[in-house]
This record gives sequence, C-alpha cells and structure tokens, in this order.
Amino acid sequence: MPIQYYIYLALALFSIGVIGVLVRKNAIIVFMCIELMLNAVNLLLVAFSKMHHGVAFAIDKASTVGIDGQLFVFFIMVVAAAEVSVGLAIIVMMYRNTHSVDVNFLNRLKN
Amino acid sequence: MSKLVYLVPLFPLIGFLINGLGRKSLSKSAIGVIGSGAILASFVTSLVLFFEVKNHGAIPVQQLFTFIDVQTLKIAFAFQVDQLSSLFLLIITGIGFLIHLYSTAYMNNEEPQHYGRYFAYLNLFVFSMLLLVLGANYVIMFIGWEGVGLCSYLLIGYWFKNDSYNYAAKKAFVMNRIGDLGFLLAIFWIIVRLGTVEYGGVDGVFANAAAKLSSFDVTLITILLFVGAMGKSAQIPLYTWLPDAMAGPTPVSALIHAATMVTAGIYMIARSNVLYSMSHIAMNLVAIIGLVTALFAATIAIKQNDIKKVLAYSTVSQLGYMFLGLGVGAYTGSVFHVMTHAFFKALLFLGAGSVIHAMHHEQDIRNMGGLKKKLPITHITFLLGCLAIAGIPPFSGFFSKDEILAAAYAHSPIYWGVGVATAGLTAFYMFRLYATTFLGTFRGTHDQEHHLHESPAAMTVPLIILAALSVLGGFIGVPEILGGHHELHHFLAPVLTTEKHHEIEHGTEFMLMGVSVALAAIAIAVAILKYSKKPELQDATGFGKLLANKWYIDELYDMVVVKPLNAIAVFFKNIIEKSGIDGLVNGVGKFVNYSSRQLRLLQSGQVNAYVLMMVLSIVVMLLIWLQEGVIFRVFAKLFY
Repeated sequence: MPIQYYIYLALALFSIGVIGVLVRKNAIIVFMCIELMLNAVNLLLVAFSKMHHGVAFAIDKASTVGIDGQLFVFFIMVVAAAEVSVGLAIIVMMYRNTHSVDVNFLNRLKN
Repeated sequence: MSKLVYLVPLFPLIGFLINGLGRKSLSKSAIGVIGSGAILASFVTSLVLFFEVKNHGAIPVQQLFTFIDVQTLKIAFAFQVDQLSSLFLLIITGIGFLIHLYSTAYMNNEEPQHYGRYFAYLNLFVFSMLLLVLGANYVIMFIGWEGVGLCSYLLIGYWFKNDSYNYAAKKAFVMNRIGDLGFLLAIFWIIVRLGTVEYGGVDGVFANAAAKLSSFDVTLITILLFVGAMGKSAQIPLYTWLPDAMAGPTPVSALIHAATMVTAGIYMIARSNVLYSMSHIAMNLVAIIGLVTALFAATIAIKQNDIKKVLAYSTVSQLGYMFLGLGVGAYTGSVFHVMTHAFFKALLFLGAGSVIHAMHHEQDIRNMGGLKKKLPITHITFLLGCLAIAGIPPFSGFFSKDEILAAAYAHSPIYWGVGVATAGLTAFYMFRLYATTFLGTFRGTHDQEHHLHESPAAMTVPLIILAALSVLGGFIGVPEILGGHHELHHFLAPVLTTEKHHEIEHGTEFMLMGVSVALAAIAIAVAILKYSKKPELQDATGFGKLLANKWYIDELYDMVVVKPLNAIAVFFKNIIEKSGIDGLVNGVGKFVNYSSRQLRLLQSGQVNAYVLMMVLSIVVMLLIWLQEGVIFRVFAKLFY
C-alpha cells in the first residue's frame, strides 16, 4: 500500500485535532483532540518506519534500519498515557471547583 | 625698571578682588580708598614708565608666560610698553583716578554693598583696559577688549532694578559682540596667514605683513579689525548702543563711554597702522565711516534734551573725527584727539554729573537753566570744556581737531568741508547745552531750586584738574606753523612711522584754521543768543523732530533686525520646537503607547485564540521553510 494513504489519513486526523482544539470549548473534547493529533503523528512515524525498514529488510534480513521510529511511538504512547492521567486529573479538579469543563471559563485569571 | 610693567594692571586687579570679595564687610570709606588708591598706584607706575619710555625709548616686551601653545602657534602672555601704549596708560590711569575720586562722592548715597560692587567693576574695567593697551599681541588685546565690554555691560546695568537700564546694558553688549566677531575673525585670518599675532619683533605681524600678505588679505584683515572698532567705538552702523549706555552712573559714562573704552577702537587701528597703510580701500572706508558718523551724530545732538544724551552723541561724533583722522593717515592727530577728547569729554561728563547731583537726578535740560550762580565751579569748568570741544584756540580741542582737519584737507577738500561743518555743529550744540543749562532763569521745581548746591570737593577737584588739562593739554601738540614743535608727534614717531606727510602751504593752513575757528565762534554766538533767553521748551517739530528722534535709526534697526529676529524666534519656538522636535519626541512616545495598547489585545486570555495564533505561526514558518530553506539561510547568516 503506497505511503501517501497513510500521510493523507494522518493529515486528516491531525487537522481534525487542530480544528477541534481551536473551536471546541469542552475541556474533555479538547483533550481528546490533542490525543488525536498525537496519534496522527504516531501513525506517520510507524508508516515511515515500516517503509524504510521494508526496503532495508529486503536486502538484509538482519537489518534494523528504520525501526527506531516504531520505538519512538512506544515512548510517545507511554508519555501520552501519563499525560492523560495528569490532564484528566486537572479536568476533574476543575470540574469540582467550577462545575464546568469549559476552557474559557477559567480566563477570569486574566484580570 | 621693566618689572614695573606688571604692576600697572596688577594694582587695579587687586583692588577689584578686595572690593569685589569684601563688598559686604568693608566700610564705604575703605572701599573708596582701596578703589581709588589702586588706580593712583597704577598711575604713578605709569608715570615712571612713561618717563622711562620718553628718555630711553620703548621698554622690551615683557613675557609673563606662554598663553597658548599649539604646534607651531605660540601666543605669549606678554606686555609691551612703547610710546603709544605708555601714552594710553597715562590717559587711562590718570583720568581713571580722577573719576574714581569723583565717584567716591557721586555714589555716596549707595548702600555699602553696591558701593563696593561699583568700585569693583570700575577697577576691573581699568584692569581690562590696561590689558588691552599693554598686550604685546592681538590675543591679549582681545582679552582686554572683551573685558572692557563685560565691564561696560555690568556698569550700564549697575542699577539693575530698572528694566530699561538692563535693556540698555544688553543692547551695548550685543552690539559690541557683533563688532568683536569681526575682530576675532581678523585675528584668525592673521594666524592663518602669518602664524603669529605678535605686533613687533622680526617675527611679528607688522614686520612680515608686506612680504607675506596679499593685498586682499590686508584689506580683509583691516576691514575686519575696523568692524571690531565700529562696535567698540560706536561708529555707524553699530553706534546706537552708546547713547543708551548713558543709563549707567555718570562717572561710568565719563570713564568708559567717553574717555577710555570707546577709544579702544582708535588705539587698535593706530596700533595696526602698518597694516592700514597698506590698504587704501580700508583707509578710505575708515575715513568715510568716521566722517559720516561725525556729521550724523552731531545733527542728532542738536535736538537732544537729556544732558547726558547730548554728550553721548557728541562722543560718537568726536570718535568719528578720530576715525576720519586715522582714515586720512593722521595717526598722531587721532591719538592726540583721543587724549584731548579724554580730557574735555571726561570734564563735561563729570560736570554734567555735578549738575545732575545738584538737581537730584534731573537730566532734562529744559528743567534747568540759570545754574551759573548756584554751581560756580561746575559752571566755569563746564564752560572751559565746551570751549575746548568747540575748538577755540588755545584750548586743547583746537590743536587736535585742527590737525585732523588739515590732514583731511590734504586728502580731499570735501572731507575737510564736512569736517568743518561738523565742527560748527559741535560748537552749536555744546553751547546750546551750556546756555540752556547754565544761563537764563531756573525752570525746575521750587523744591529743586531750594536744594541746589555746589558739589563736594571730591567732585570739584577732579573737575578743576580736568579743566586745567583741557585748557593746557593741547600745547604738547602745537603745530609748527604756530611756532611749536609738536612734541607728541616726535614722541610717537617710532610707533606711527608710516604716517603720510601731506604738505600744505602755510597760507592755506592758516586759512583753514581761520575758517574753522570763525565758524565755531559764529555757532557759539548764535547758540548763546538763541538759547540763553528763550530755550526751546516745546517738543521739536518738522525736521527737528526727525533729529530729536535720532533719525529713527533705533526704530529702523528694531524693524529690520530685532523684529524679524523675534519673528524667527517665535517661528522656531512654536513651529520647529513645539511641532517638530517636541512632536518627534512625543510622537515616539505616543507610537509606543498606541502600539502596545493594540498588542495588548492579543493577550486575551482565550486559550483558543492562543492556539490559533500558534498554529498559524507554525503554518507560516513551514511555508517560509518550504521556500528553499529561507529560515535556514537567515540563521546561517546570523551565526556563521
């Protein structure tokens, strides 16, 4: 399968994530959109990694060229999981204090 | 003997310091003694020096220290006493002492502090004037030149609580500065062309002028020097400050604005006679300016009613005479006239001061009259002064004026004609003044009449001495046709060597003398007949009004120079300063203020907005990066 399809899919996911972050006010939705962007990047990393590794693997079965991209993805997933737990905790605290998950609700700090 | 040279200016300087610093603690009598004593000591020293010069010739240049030393240019702080400067020393310190003595009585009503200030200024003036005369180069002369200008300013504005006096002081200062600029430029030009400012010696200006200066240089230097003289010696077009300078105390007018400071211009040109003799253009300019000033000021003096203003215009007129003499090459005659004029004009001013003192500061001659009986000494001395200035033989003014007129005749009969006409006018306005003041009946208030009194001895003694000098002073310069030897001419011959000798036949010379004396006598007779019984008390009309208003020259200057300058100043203040410079500074502030207020709106607190900006910025950066790595190249340029 050509690499372009992966790129288009990742682009679409990433754009949906960005737009979601920009237009939605619900903190949980914004959070989900951030995850969406992260995963779009993960998808790209995996796709390119597989592409490079596939070329090298055909020449030499023992080659490890390109697999570092896939390793990075694991890292990102671990960090993202940690981030999710922290983020959700913040959102919970926010809800407890303000009974709202609206991101614009907290801009009263401005004044 | 030569060590004495330092002492001459040192005494007045010490007097200035003591009186200036101790004016609040010294008693009035102490101030008077110190002030006058300093000048007397200086006068005695000058006398010794004078006889030294007379018997043994000029004293060698005395160098105190090197004043300026820049590469090849070395200017020494040096004094020079030769025939010319020793004569001026005597005039300055001699008349200066008499006027100091006179001032002790005249200024006696002042508070001690101001009395001390007055004498301090007066001593500083004498110091500066001595520096001017003693200097062995143009720079030292310039220092004295500026010093006397400063003292003139300080003393005109001595009664500083009166605004119009302050205005007069400022006017004098500014007018003098215009002239000083000319003098300064002349010095620079001399330095550029000759690399020295010393007068004498083998390396001096005069010795090298003929070899190293082109005729253009000489003309330029002499004319610039003359511009300086115009300012200091009140010649057209810079004369208007002198009549206004009468705002100062009367002894100041006598010393500074009649006898000494205003003759600095004459001294300077006489000193530079070597240069002037090389330039016919400059000589003619000097003669014409002098002649026009003499006539012009004399016409104004006819219609003035302030006793000091008449004398002031008379001074301008007599200075014009001196410049005429210089311009036609009669340097000795001019210096002679400086001397005799110093005698009789100081006498006249001090006499006027005595009258003003008696009249309780009344200066309008229309309110005087008949003072002959009440002020006998003042009257007699004033009369002698008037006769001297009118040029009646054998009074001093006759000899000096006649010498100038004879030289003018030899140069051009037209010069002589105008000169004689001026002499007639001089006799006329002086005796108009005399008749209106001393003859007829008293016209002042009853109160003034009751208080009329002869001045104290400290005032009358200087008057008597000056009167004697005015009468006898001319005999040191009796021309040969009258059986004299003209001692002054022989005395000054080593300094004023370039004098042209115009030979006039004796018959002609007698005729010239006769005409001028006859004219003066007629003018005197007319003035006395006209004004002793019926002085003009009304304001003048017609042509007389034009004269009374000084040909409206002050108004003209006001219109041509002062008003446009003010307009320019207002323009710069309101437009350039306020809109331009202030506008620029305020504009920068306003711009920063405005733009920061606009930028502040970006920090809205809306997280979405921040993210949007972030995203847009990233997109823009990516787009730029895509453009052949522009960003990379920019950074590469910055860091490598």
